[in-house]
Amino acid sequence: MAKSKIRSPVSRLEGLWQPSILLTALVFSIPVLTIASFLLHPSGDIWQHLVDTVLADYLLNSVLLMTGVGLGTFSMGVTCAWLTSLCQFPGKKFFIWTLLLPLAMPAYIIAYTYTGMFDFAGPVQTQIRDWTGWEYGDYFFPEIRSLGGAIAMLSLVLYPYVYLLARAAFIEQSICVIEVSRTLGCSVWASFYRVALPLARPAIVAGLSLALMETLADYGTVSYFGIGVFTTGIFRTWFGLGDSAAAAKLAAILLLFVFSLVVIERWSRQRAQYHHTTNRYSQLPVYRLTGARALIACVACALPLIFGFILPAFQLSLWAIDTYAVMIDSSFFKLVLHTILLGVSTALLAVLLALFMVYGRRVLASKLVYASIRVVAIGYAVPGTIIAVGVIIPLTWFDNTLDSYMREHFDVSTGLLLSGSLFALMFAYLVRFLAVSIQSVESGLVKIKPSMDEAARSLGRKSADILFNVHLPLMKGSVLTALLIVFVDVMKELPATLILRPFNFNTLAVRAFELASDERLADSSTAALMIVVVGLLPVILLSKSIASSRAGS
Amino acid sequence: MTFQLEVENLVVRYDDYQVLNQISFALESAKIGCILGPSGCGKTTVLRAIAGFEPAFGGRILIDQIEVSSSHYCMATERRNIGMIFQDFALFPHLTVADNIRFGLKSWPAKERQERVQELLAMTGMLAYGQAYPHQLSGGQQQRVALARAMAPRPGLLLMDEPFSSMDVDLREQLAREVRDILKQENITAILVTHDQHEAFALADEICVMNEGRIEQRDSGYNLYHQPVNRFVADFIGQGVIIPATIESRNSVRTELGSIEGKLPPQREKGALVDVLIRPDDVIHDDDSSETAIVVDKSFRGADFLYFLRMDSGIEVMCLAPSHHNHKINERIGIRLDVDHLVIFDRSN
Repeated sequence: MAKSKIRSPVSRLEGLWQPSILLTALVFSIPVLTIASFLLHPSGDIWQHLVDTVLADYLLNSVLLMTGVGLGTFSMGVTCAWLTSLCQFPGKKFFIWTLLLPLAMPAYIIAYTYTGMFDFAGPVQTQIRDWTGWEYGDYFFPEIRSLGGAIAMLSLVLYPYVYLLARAAFIEQSICVIEVSRTLGCSVWASFYRVALPLARPAIVAGLSLALMETLADYGTVSYFGIGVFTTGIFRTWFGLGDSAAAAKLAAILLLFVFSLVVIERWSRQRAQYHHTTNRYSQLPVYRLTGARALIACVACALPLIFGFILPAFQLSLWAIDTYAVMIDSSFFKLVLHTILLGVSTALLAVLLALFMVYGRRVLASKLVYASIRVVAIGYAVPGTIIAVGVIIPLTWFDNTLDSYMREHFDVSTGLLLSGSLFALMFAYLVRFLAVSIQSVESGLVKIKPSMDEAARSLGRKSADILFNVHLPLMKGSVLTALLIVFVDVMKELPATLILRPFNFNTLAVRAFELASDERLADSSTAALMIVVVGLLPVILLSKSIASSRAGS
Repeated sequence: MTFQLEVENLVVRYDDYQVLNQISFALESAKIGCILGPSGCGKTTVLRAIAGFEPAFGGRILIDQIEVSSSHYCMATERRNIGMIFQDFALFPHLTVADNIRFGLKSWPAKERQERVQELLAMTGMLAYGQAYPHQLSGGQQQRVALARAMAPRPGLLLMDEPFSSMDVDLREQLAREVRDILKQENITAILVTHDQHEAFALADEICVMNEGRIEQRDSGYNLYHQPVNRFVADFIGQGVIIPATIESRNSVRTELGSIEGKLPPQREKGALVDVLIRPDDVIHDDDSSETAIVVDKSFRGADFLYFLRMDSGIEVMCLAPSHHNHKINERIGIRLDVDHLVIFDRSN
């Protein structure tokens, strides 16, 4: 039979297409390759010093943080997913989509909001002292700026990853397997533990890996709480000790952690396809909960929502009402302008590059192109800190080489041409977020079957004509989604921006973090709230697509 | 006589694998041709080569006497003046039915374009659905839109790739006849690719039976059934069995069921051993006949029964009997031969 490969006998550009995709993939792999090469790099004195003093702490803290966040996101995510997919209780429809809202809340923002609320001078403890007359040391109150606090903060905003994938897996399970288990004598809970949970395991593992990747990537929370993990260590080594090689070596070890998560995640996703038991969607088996059980279900879903979104958003709003009049001035508008400028231009570039690569894959149908897209797609897992270090090392080398060459031959100094520029920053963003736009664009392109191109050709239309009249209208939705998601991700990104931004160039995220670090929590709220509100847009899109994707209900 | 489509010694290769091996056929203007064959025989590749989606490795293709494909040339699809209906219809989901039909009429003056769209909507019985979107239509309606869209620019040649494969079996023949009426009304030269012989019989004027990249026989449906040129065609078209026979004279062969008269190729010598094709309708159920056989199996098909019979020698034949002759399995019934078309093959080992 005919292969569904699209061959265009006319285009001469196709010869250039494949090499330029491979080159693009290579360029965007440079930061990760640079860091990876430091695994083999000879160790210096500072590195030895790090090994002797802090490395064990970094490792221990990272493992503890991951374990804690793993447990936290698992328990919240799976519980809420189970309740909102297979049980019926009042408010279920509301919870299905509102449980995603914490995705809009960057971890560093929730961290300092909670600090403002719950530390010694915050309103909660002050109120307790007022009521009881206790003084400092008279009572126990959990310390929010601790490892435990960081675990709580990260779990509260990262559980939606587990929730999303677990819920999708529960929904995909056929009614049959669960009913069969009931006929074989399993109780509701037994059929959950023995059938539903094992079937959803690959999806849950994939969700957990995503949450843990974000945990490893986090810089804002752990740095604000003063916890020594890899990301904070890289910053300290880079700026405090001024040793880029040692910082890169730390980054390389972190990269090993990240890659194992990537492997686990991709492997689980493949397995999740095999676990897909049926294509027939019947009405889901709904356990109708009443009375006390319904109340417990409601509370179980309400808690992550309240603590992950409503409470911090409420606190931010209170602060913002107090301070916005002072905070919103001309410099604030400049912040907004910078943020939009960076976000929009990165989003546009990311989508153009994604179109270029994904289209190439479709037209060229080449395994090499497919592989290079997969390589670029790893970027989403790599922490911004690693990418920043991986960008700045080769760019500095390039700048210095160019500068000395120009001095030698033309007596001109080019200085630091690229490394301190917006170019470096946007390049780092693209390394990290290209995967996001590729995924979104790909999902649009699969809707355009190869036979549609052929139909248009048989009706006398040329390639460019087909692009504008068939592909573009069909791709519009997913291209806009890609733009939006990349924009929001760039807006929220903190560590790479902190390291790579040009001198005196601030974004909302950086400003919010700086103000919070200076203990000006209330002042930071306007910028933070803005990030959260804009961050809600893709979450709403996501919840809409979830609502419409469920067949048969 | 002018041919609208000529395919001469066409060879197509995917990498090292030769999909089409020296395919040749031609189609007269306003005729409907069909390429019939099992899946994987290369029939879709023939269509895609005619459309210009697959380059020719050897041979050439002429549409309306213009060479469009050869080993060193491949005219772009959009310049070939063809229309094509795809297996999955490939309707544009973002356009209404009317806009889908209008898609190929870009260069037409607005007024004529509008008239043509209306004409096709009327012809296909879709007038009420001009503003509907493809996903709102049933499978049969989408099929009609695909037909209207492909015919709109008045292509010199219409290509249809398994256009009924996604339809219910009951609907296929009815739709095939509807499509035939529309094609004849518009005087369109068309070529259909299918694996379903009933579709081919219902739609086509002439049929090429393909197997493993070759054309086995090119003929009318009637002749393919009654005068297959080889065992593949005999087996692929209709049902039947092949039984041993001996040449008896210049115009008859001897089988276990008696002599069969018919035209024989002149080179056959008397006494030579051959095989004979016996169709179920060649075996007549006759209670008075001296030849008998045992009913091994039977299938009820409404108006008639298809009996699977075993004769005393162990040879099995099929017999088509009217439905009121309801015999039990293991019953012995009388049969006789009544062969209109004698089909003989060399004895196989």
